[in-house]
This record gives sequence, structure tokens and C-alpha cells, in this order.
Amino acid sequence: MKLITLDNLKDIVKDSMTIMVSGFMGCGTPHKIIDKLVELGVKDLTLICNDTSWTHYGVGKLIVTKQFAKVKTSHIGLNPESIRQLNEKETDFELIPQGTLAERIRSAGAGLGGFLTPTGLGTVVQDGKKIIEVDGKEYLLELPLKADVALISAYMVDKKGNCYYRGSTRNFAPIMAMAADTVIVEADKVVEVGEIQQENVVTPHIFVDYIIDGEKN
Amino acid sequence: MKEFIAKRVARELQDGDVVNLGIGLPTLVANYIDDDKDIIFQSENGFIGIGPTPAKGDEDPYVVNAGGNPVTISKDGAFFDSATSFAIIRGGHVDATVLGALQVDKNGNLANWMIPGKLVPGMGGAMDLVVGARKVIVAMEHTNKGKHKILEECTLPLTAAGQVNLIITEMGVIEVTKEGLLLKEINKDYTIEQVQEATGTTLIIDENLKNM
Repeated sequence: MKLITLDNLKDIVKDSMTIMVSGFMGCGTPHKIIDKLVELGVKDLTLICNDTSWTHYGVGKLIVTKQFAKVKTSHIGLNPESIRQLNEKETDFELIPQGTLAERIRSAGAGLGGFLTPTGLGTVVQDGKKIIEVDGKEYLLELPLKADVALISAYMVDKKGNCYYRGSTRNFAPIMAMAADTVIVEADKVVEVGEIQQENVVTPHIFVDYIIDGEKN
Repeated sequence: MKEFIAKRVARELQDGDVVNLGIGLPTLVANYIDDDKDIIFQSENGFIGIGPTPAKGDEDPYVVNAGGNPVTISKDGAFFDSATSFAIIRGGHVDATVLGALQVDKNGNLANWMIPGKLVPGMGGAMDLVVGARKVIVAMEHTNKGKHKILEECTLPLTAAGQVNLIITEMGVIEVTKEGLLLKEINKDYTIEQVQEATGTTLIIDENLKNM
């Protein structure tokens, strides 16, 4: 049985772990899991997330409570506390182009040793990276990005773990679900197996370790 | 002035184009598309077919744009994950991207993502968009309160090198060419001298210079 409660998070998400959190400006973020992590006070985490949202919403709350030692993200501009912590060097931020961030996560889940991208050439993003020429064109070698735990959100999840996403909440969830040792999905609704048509399953259950029922937690 | 720039940008977009608009002024472009053109707007957080802003009370928290604000999706739209979204962007499936700039130079270099020590918001999807889109249009006010933004060489950290194709401001339309910046259209409220004075690199004036 994959169904767990928010209280079980304390046995899974530990200090100093690397976590991935789905969502784009909080849309598609597992909000109840975030609130529980704030309550548990787990610390020195490394965060991999598209952005750091706003201070009052999504992963932005965990920035305010200073639970991250390191943050790998594409955008922090709407969270003044992230900017302050970066400027004061309180937290280590690595800013990554969004497409590169997504593909690095995808690579980890897909068993690739990295990929070649033209994004970032001629900018500070190329510092310290290998430049490889293919057919006369230059690319940066970007390496895979994986996590101990991925915390994702899905609209409808069956009891086996098959996930169906609604609207633009999908964003990073399907690739993060493939790139972490342990994957926890917060479901808006948990349904019986068979209630999601097989062809509408976006994240197959083999990637999901635990389900938290958002309606009952 | 912003509306004037946005209207001119809208005329650059062709029927059937897949277009990604940056935040701020570029977003306004969507308001000025001719009815006979079907433009497919892409939102890098994961869909094509951005529709109008929903009326108050009709917002769907599951459908937001790349700024995190509620939007709508058209009936023929489609949602996808972030890896697919950037495969669309990087893979050359976006016909045009329109974005603002802090600085742009005669070699088509663009700086629009950070001011060291002052403003470090992160690049978001901008680096991928500028590298991947077939046509990169910079839409901005010609100067920053009189300070040059169109330069011989960018001094701020680059978003991408040599990717800008067209610069559209309230003063004119400038194409990035191998020879330098070519002034193709001019706003009739300004003289060539005034446009040149507001520009930090020598402009080449098109033989067939048109009114904007």
C-alpha cells in the first residue's frame, strides 16, 4: 500500500537531503507537503525546483524558514527573501536556464550521462563546462541532476500510483518522478484503480513510491 | 508608447506562427493581432494556446502563465510537461519570441537577465528562448531615460550571443545584419539624427527607409 499520511514525511525527508519539488510559481506544487516540511523543520536541504515562488506560497515558504543550504533553480525574482539570501550569501544559489534544468532532470531519469545544448553559450552559464563541437556547431555539456526525494503534485492519482495532471500543473512533475530515489505524490483526489483511463495516465505507477491523499490530510 | 511598440511588433508575426511573449511590454503584443491571423501563443510553463485573461471570479488555479498569473487556454490548445516545452523552444519549433532588453548590441548580443550586485532574478526560460526561437524580436523603449541601451557592445552579462534579429522601439525598427544595425523604419516624430543620438553604435540607414 502506497498511501501514507503527512506525518510519515518525518521518516522520509531527512536533514541534508536533496529534494525536487514540482510546480511553476506554485502551480503544481504539493502545498500540504510543503506546509508539513515547514512544521517538521527539516534543514540543510538542497532544493531543485523551477523557481522559488513567492514568500507566502509554495516552496517560497521554505526559503523564508531557511531550510535550504543550496538551491538549484531558474528563477528567484519574485521572492525577495531568495534575493536577500543570495546577496548576503546565506544560501548557495545555482541559477540554471529553465530548459537546461528540465533536461538535466530528464537525463537523470532516462539514464543519460548528460546532453549537449546550445543554451548558455557565450554567457556565464558556460563557465567551467565542457564545450563540444558536433558537425561544426558548438554545444555545452550539461550533466544529469537527481535527488533523494521528489515531492510532486497530481490532480488524480489511483491507489496504485498512476497520475493524471490537470491544466498547467504538470510542468516538472513527470520528469522529477523519474529522477529521484523516492517519489511522493500529493493527490488532489485519490481514486480506485481503473478510474483513470490508461491512455490518460501521464506518470505511470512504477515511478511513484508513496501517495498522500490531499483530501484527507 | 508601449502600445505603439506592441502594435508594430504584432505586424511582424505571421499567420500560423508559434510565438512566445516575454513578460511586460511583449505581453501587450497579443492585444494587437489582426483577426485574420491565427497566432499560437506558447507558455513555457507547459502549454500552447494562451487565451484571454479570465474575468474576475472565473480564474482556474490549475491554468496559469509563466508569471504564475491565471490565464485561459484556447479550445485547440494543449498542455505538456517542462521537458517537452523546452524541446519545443530549443528544437526550433517556436517561430518567434518577443522580449525586452536591458542592453542589445550591434552583433545581436542580448543582456536582459541580471545586473551584477543589483538585480539577480535568474534567467528563467529566456536563454533557451533566445537560442531556440527562429526569430528573436527585442521590443523595448529605445533608451533607459536617455541612457543608451542599443550599444556597440553589451556591458552586462549576456543572455545569449548573436541571436537577436530585430529591435523594435518607439523610434524605429532596426535589423541586426552582419554589417551592423540597419535602421529600416523610422517613427516620423523623430529625425534620423535624433535616432542616431539615442543609439550607442553607428546605425546604417536603409536606402528604402520607411515610416514606421
